[in-house]
Amino acid sequence: MNDFIDIGALEDIPSQGARVLRTHVGCVAVFRTAEDEVFALDDACPHKKGPLSNGIQHGRSVTCPLHNWVIDLSTGRATGADEGGVATYPVQVRGGRILLDASSLAARLAAQ
Amino acid sequence: MGQKLVVIGAGMASGRALEHLFETAPGAYDVTLFGAEPRGNYNRIMLSPVLSGEKTYEEIVTHDAAWYAEHGVTTRFGEAVTGIDRTRKVVITATGETPYDKLVIATGSTPFIIPVPGHELPGVLAYRDLDDVEAMLAASRLPGARAVVIGGGLLGLEAAAGLKMRGMEVTVLHIMPHLMERQLDASAAFLLARALEARGIEVLCEAHTAEIRGQGRVEGVLLKDGRVIPADIVVMAAGIRPSSALAREAGLACNRGVLVDDAMVTSDENILAVGECVEHEGVCYGLVAPLYDQAKVVAKTLTGQEAAFTPVEISTKLKVTGCDLFSAGDFAEGPGREEIVFRDAMRGVYKRLVLEEGRILGAVMYGDTADGGWFLSKIKAREDISEIRDTLIFGPNFAGGATLDPMAAVAALPDDAEICGCNGVCKGQIIAAIDGGAKSLDAVKAVTKASTSCGSCAGLTEKVVALTLGDDFVLPAASGMCKCTDHSHDEVRKLIRAQALKSIPEVQQALQWKSSGGCASCRPALNYYLLCEWPGEYEDHGKSRFINERVHANIQKDGTYSVVPRMWGGITNAAELRAIADVAEKFAIPTVKVTGGQRIDLLGVRKEDLPAVWADLNAAGMVSGHAYAKGLRTVKTCVGTEHCRFGTQDSTGLGIKLEKALWGAWSPHKFKLAVSGCPRNCAEATCKDFGVVCVAEGYQLHVGGAAGLDVRQTELLCTVKTEEEAIEYCAAFYQLYRENAQYLHRPYKWIAKVGLDWVKQQVVENEESRKALTARFFHSQKFHQKDPWAERVRGTDSHEFAPLADLTQVAAE
Ligand code: SRM
Ligand SMILES: Cc1cc2nc3c(=O)[nH]c(=O)nc-3n(C[C@H](O)[C@H](O)[C@H](O)COP(=O)(O)OP(=O)(O)OC[C@H]3O[C@@H](n4cnc5c(N)ncnc54)[C@H](O)[C@@H]3O)c2cc1C
Ligand code: SF4
Ligand code: FES
Repeated sequence: MNDFIDIGALEDIPSQGARVLRTHVGCVAVFRTAEDEVFALDDACPHKKGPLSNGIQHGRSVTCPLHNWVIDLSTGRATGADEGGVATYPVQVRGGRILLDASSLAARLAAQ
Repeated sequence: MGQKLVVIGAGMASGRALEHLFETAPGAYDVTLFGAEPRGNYNRIMLSPVLSGEKTYEEIVTHDAAWYAEHGVTTRFGEAVTGIDRTRKVVITATGETPYDKLVIATGSTPFIIPVPGHELPGVLAYRDLDDVEAMLAASRLPGARAVVIGGGLLGLEAAAGLKMRGMEVTVLHIMPHLMERQLDASAAFLLARALEARGIEVLCEAHTAEIRGQGRVEGVLLKDGRVIPADIVVMAAGIRPSSALAREAGLACNRGVLVDDAMVTSDENILAVGECVEHEGVCYGLVAPLYDQAKVVAKTLTGQEAAFTPVEISTKLKVTGCDLFSAGDFAEGPGREEIVFRDAMRGVYKRLVLEEGRILGAVMYGDTADGGWFLSKIKAREDISEIRDTLIFGPNFAGGATLDPMAAVAALPDDAEICGCNGVCKGQIIAAIDGGAKSLDAVKAVTKASTSCGSCAGLTEKVVALTLGDDFVLPAASGMCKCTDHSHDEVRKLIRAQALKSIPEVQQALQWKSSGGCASCRPALNYYLLCEWPGEYEDHGKSRFINERVHANIQKDGTYSVVPRMWGGITNAAELRAIADVAEKFAIPTVKVTGGQRIDLLGVRKEDLPAVWADLNAAGMVSGHAYAKGLRTVKTCVGTEHCRFGTQDSTGLGIKLEKALWGAWSPHKFKLAVSGCPRNCAEATCKDFGVVCVAEGYQLHVGGAAGLDVRQTELLCTVKTEEEAIEYCAAFYQLYRENAQYLHRPYKWIAKVGLDWVKQQVVENEESRKALTARFFHSQKFHQKDPWAERVRGTDSHEFAPLADLTQVAAE
């Protein structure tokens, strides 16, 4: 069962930027691409937990600010030669509002 | 005293002939060089990149004043020779007569101007020399300016592409049914026309010009079918004619060109001729490769050695960035001739070979020209290809469908494969040069001249060097900025300037970025280039900056930040120290450290606390120390005359003044200064990007030091007398670096590339240039010298420091 909740307006996140969402599973980075797609994933790089929300966002990826791993926003996986990934959370944009699937957060909390 | 040699024409052929002459017999002749153009020899081939903005004129000069001086050449530039009196052995110019023992005619060619009505109107231009390029550039600066190029051959298309890159509306008129009909068949020409149209160049074939119209200057071109194409300039690129009038009038045997024998001697034994003005065995040449061969022969003949010019197959490439075209040999159709054609219209690749009796006569390639050299070598060798005919068109790499490894293709080339067409350098010569001690790409270029003319073989030359040197080869930085573009940093900067590109998307659009929106490596570089080029106009794009520069603090391994306030010249006081102590307590900052840059670092600050921390530091009068910036960092000082018994000047005071003048500026990489009060150098000024060592008579200014990944001692720029001068020279040097260095190059890397002499010229010797640099620097400071902390305390980018939402306040399931 999906349970989409409103976490803010699209325009609260700058284009090619990210904001942090505080949750019980830790910080989640919510990205907005140049094409206004929105992605949500754990704000902790699979390498050494670098805060991905602080990286440079490009295409559908983000480059981690600590050691430049490039993470695919849609899958949460590291690209190129690097191995690893982070949890992603379903999001939708409706009428300028960003909706995040809270059930996915709950499932992650249960798994932790 | 040597014999008197007079050379008419300072062009590509005569420049090369003189080089060979001075190599074989220095001092044999006293040379006087006449040139109708008001400048010395330059690489005419590269006018197209100058037109498009990819190179500057300075970069294509082949011989400079120092070279002429070194070889005792008397230069008479801007002085056309109007007559030759062969009985008295003198040449005649407007200022008088000059005697010769030997004369070399190297007058090149004259562009053919189609004599339609209106061809004499101002605005009708040829495309032959720098003056033509400057006239085109002047026209391109007018907003909405339009150009018509008559002639769809190599030259016309290069002109059209260059003018388009300069922002003009461009139409190419070509009289034949398709472009470059001498090299291409209809379908290859179609691919080319489509590529040009994709750049916004209009191509009209079978377009017969009837008249050039305009009241007092060009306004448009009327075609025979009645169409009128508006134009501010008309560039005629309809062919060239050998410039043989001077020789003809002097009674030398001429046909289309000046007739020469195999030794390059004309019908007068004391007169030689070389270059495009020459006709040898019925052929006039229009490309440099054979002219360079002629130049060698001229030098030998002049020094009494036997030599004969033998024509070789020549190849041409179109020098339009992004349009790869190669053609070599003879590709006319004819009885007994067969063709092999490969076409991949989707990828825009076309290859055509013309064969006769089992041999390749000609090769044309469009879209993928990598195998050009391999085919050319087969043409030259007249090799029998019957055995490999089935797979021939796929090139040297065809071995059961193996993937194309460019290195393997180069390794497969025979020693006599031509690498550099312009200079006639084959693979074997490069290998010989390396065996002879040339151990780097530059050394190989210097010895063989490979890739020093039109430059289109640079990649191939590099690969041969890399293969031969193996592990000893240090590959020069990959030419493209990153995988998003094939343009190098330098090219991108020049194009931003030339085409007045003013935003990142505009640059990516105009320069055909291959990725959508760039990557984490090119975006910060572009952001910097634009910000440096258009101060006050370009709006900084924070999302294209690394996090430290976006939030004005240094990110730590745990995601917290460090905060370093400026401490001007390393001087502080009780109030500042108290404010730092208070902030550390108030925000429970775990570490307070004295840095290596004479100031204090507060480490482990939570991101959301940053604005409040800055507010408290601002209140005590402190601003950002930019410890995170590709910009001005610290100015270290020693105590100087104020306290030290050896001090010669007020080093602390000058350090503070320098820091106050330079802070806030962005640059390609960080920029660190130091001022020491005497040569004991306690501030370590000689390992800084810019260091001042005070001496009794003034201030020694040192540049290009480093003490990080590389340790470099500075070099002396100059010595000045006053503090004001020290500040002025420092600002000028910083600006020169800001405007010219590649992103992420510290000054020492940049100086290694451009040479300290050039830097000295711009900053020290040329006062006008120094003043202009300083003025541009302080103009830019008007926009950049703002405390980024105070701006954020006031609310700028507040989204960076607060969460989007806090779901921990909502009960978990
Ligand atoms: C704080 C400080 C060390 C200290 O505790 O003293 C420091 C700290 C860092 N240095 Fe440094 N450098 C510090 C003085 C130096 C010096 C000494 C100096 O300036 O006198 C050098 C050698 C001199 C030089 O630059 O030539 C130095 C050479 C480097 C380099 C190598 C630069 C190079 O071009 O080779 C880097 C890496 C880089 O910039 O790419 C670097 C990078 C860094 C970074 C920013 C690494 C990073 O990207 O996160 C460190 C940030 C730590 C932090 O979280 O705050 N740091 N760093 C010093 C701050 C000085 C200041 O007040 O601003
Ligand atoms: C835009 C452009 C692009 C080109 N691209 C290529 C290319 O990619 N590959 C290639 O192989 N070739 C190319 N060429 C052709 C190449 O530049 C010429 O083949 C070469 O410059 C000819 O050399 P030259 O010395 O014979 O003549 P030039 O280089 O033309 O030199 C002749 C000089 O003599 C001077 N002169 C003439 N009459 C007199 C006089 N009476 N008194 C004094 N001085 C006189 C002229 O002003 C001129 O400076 C290109 C040419 C142009 C214009
Ligand atoms: S030397 Fe500089 S970059 Fe290296 S750990 Fe120390 S502070 Fe960090
Ligand atoms: S923590 Fe992200 S790359 Fe190292």
